[in-house]
Amino acid sequence: MFPYLPQEDAISAPFWAATRERKLLIQYCSTCDQYQWYPRAICISCATENLTWREVSGKGTVDSWTTVHRAPTEGFVPPYVIARVLLSEKVIMLTRLVGIESPACDQAVELSWQELSDGRALPVFG
Amino acid sequence: MKTPVIVGAAECDLGVTNKSILELQAQAVTRDLADAGLKISDVDGIATNAISRFSASSLADYLGIEPKFTDSTFAGGSSFEMYVARAYHAVASGQCNVVVISFASNQRSAKSRSLGGVVEHHTPEAQFETAYGPLFPLSYYAMAAQRYIHDVPNGRAALSEIAISAREWALLNPKAYRYGTASLTVAELESADLISSPLRASDCCLVTDGGGAVIITNSEIAKSLKSKSVSILGFGESTTNTSMTTHRDLRVTGAKQSGDIAFAMAGVSRSDIDVVELYDSFTITTMLSLEGLGFAGKGEGADFVLDGKTRPGGTFPLNTNGGGLSYCHPGQYGILLLIEAVRQLRGECGDRQVANAKLAVAHGTGGILSTNATVILGAN
Repeated sequence: MFPYLPQEDAISAPFWAATRERKLLIQYCSTCDQYQWYPRAICISCATENLTWREVSGKGTVDSWTTVHRAPTEGFVPPYVIARVLLSEKVIMLTRLVGIESPACDQAVELSWQELSDGRALPVFG
Repeated sequence: MKTPVIVGAAECDLGVTNKSILELQAQAVTRDLADAGLKISDVDGIATNAISRFSASSLADYLGIEPKFTDSTFAGGSSFEMYVARAYHAVASGQCNVVVISFASNQRSAKSRSLGGVVEHHTPEAQFETAYGPLFPLSYYAMAAQRYIHDVPNGRAALSEIAISAREWALLNPKAYRYGTASLTVAELESADLISSPLRASDCCLVTDGGGAVIITNSEIAKSLKSKSVSILGFGESTTNTSMTTHRDLRVTGAKQSGDIAFAMAGVSRSDIDVVELYDSFTITTMLSLEGLGFAGKGEGADFVLDGKTRPGGTFPLNTNGGGLSYCHPGQYGILLLIEAVRQLRGECGDRQVANAKLAVAHGTGGILSTNATVILGAN
């Protein structure tokens, strides 16, 4: 169901390591008191390199969603629901919605996990 | 400072060509030069992309010229509106005198287009987005459409109207892929295959070969030519995102910034515009550009189009060649927006000619609403 193994790098490695323990980490700038997604080498508000990781609540709302009816590449099995979820920490993640029959914009969702074949996991919401 | 103008506009073969990219490019350039009344040896500037890693070099070499100016800004379908700005400055300053802006694709013949798009595995968005399996770029536009339909009454019907209107124009354009077919009906639209909800096949642009070229030169050279020139009155652009998660509001695009800059430079108002060519990769793209450019307020684009004013004979002629939805979409449609705007201003459009067209907007979008570029042109 999730045939693509993300290629992590030095900056994203802590995120992916935490997924093995089913913890969702988001990059945080203490100077700005602000989270950012996706992880970068610098804060996009103040440009500091002094960023940390924080475990977040896993609560959010659906900004928007789409049911995919064609496979982008081999190994994906449609239909499935892709969504932009706005976390309560005010960052938007791309994800999937699972176990929701009729998704709607603005509905509340919570974090769950889908295991990848290498032991890491993808955050999904339902 | 010299005054840059557009003097040529031509398409290469469109549809299914079974030709190479550079054969089509050569067609576009030579037809364009013939239209302008210039020779290939007059060309000293090239702006193009999507031939190879070194696209401008490839085209210069293929044409046997050594230009003084090249640009291969790669911003998807908006690249060509951006090239107008770059070429304008190059011609105004005298860096060069004759710039050919060209594009060609053989994507349909070569079967080179995939719904998954081109994934660059090392990028942040691949790492955090590709794993979920979005169609690229389609699923991003689908989420924008979903949000639009959720928020705006009659949103779904309005997106359908954009496709219906484009088809009506295509039925008047002998070069349109859908020429000689029939009007689109709501029933047909609502039964088309869902690709990435709420977008159905009928909301999505064609996948065809095609392309074309326009020429920018200075007004002194233009005076010596037999062809009608078109004035470049304003341009503006905006680059907003590459990730599917950066941009907070899916309904607000860079069209606002690019449009505001272009209209301020041109010194004209929205209501002065006679013909509007907006990139229609998907029906939602056109809607968000209509609103972003200020032709309709945010959320008011639905009612704006639903009275049929964008169709042939209406008060707001939109995508008068039939658009990417029903005329031609060779992967990057931006060059064809410019060509149609130029032809309308020259009065060359036959059955689909907008009477007395004096001012036209061509607005390109690229990537996942990542880039927006607006050009305002005027008849001479």
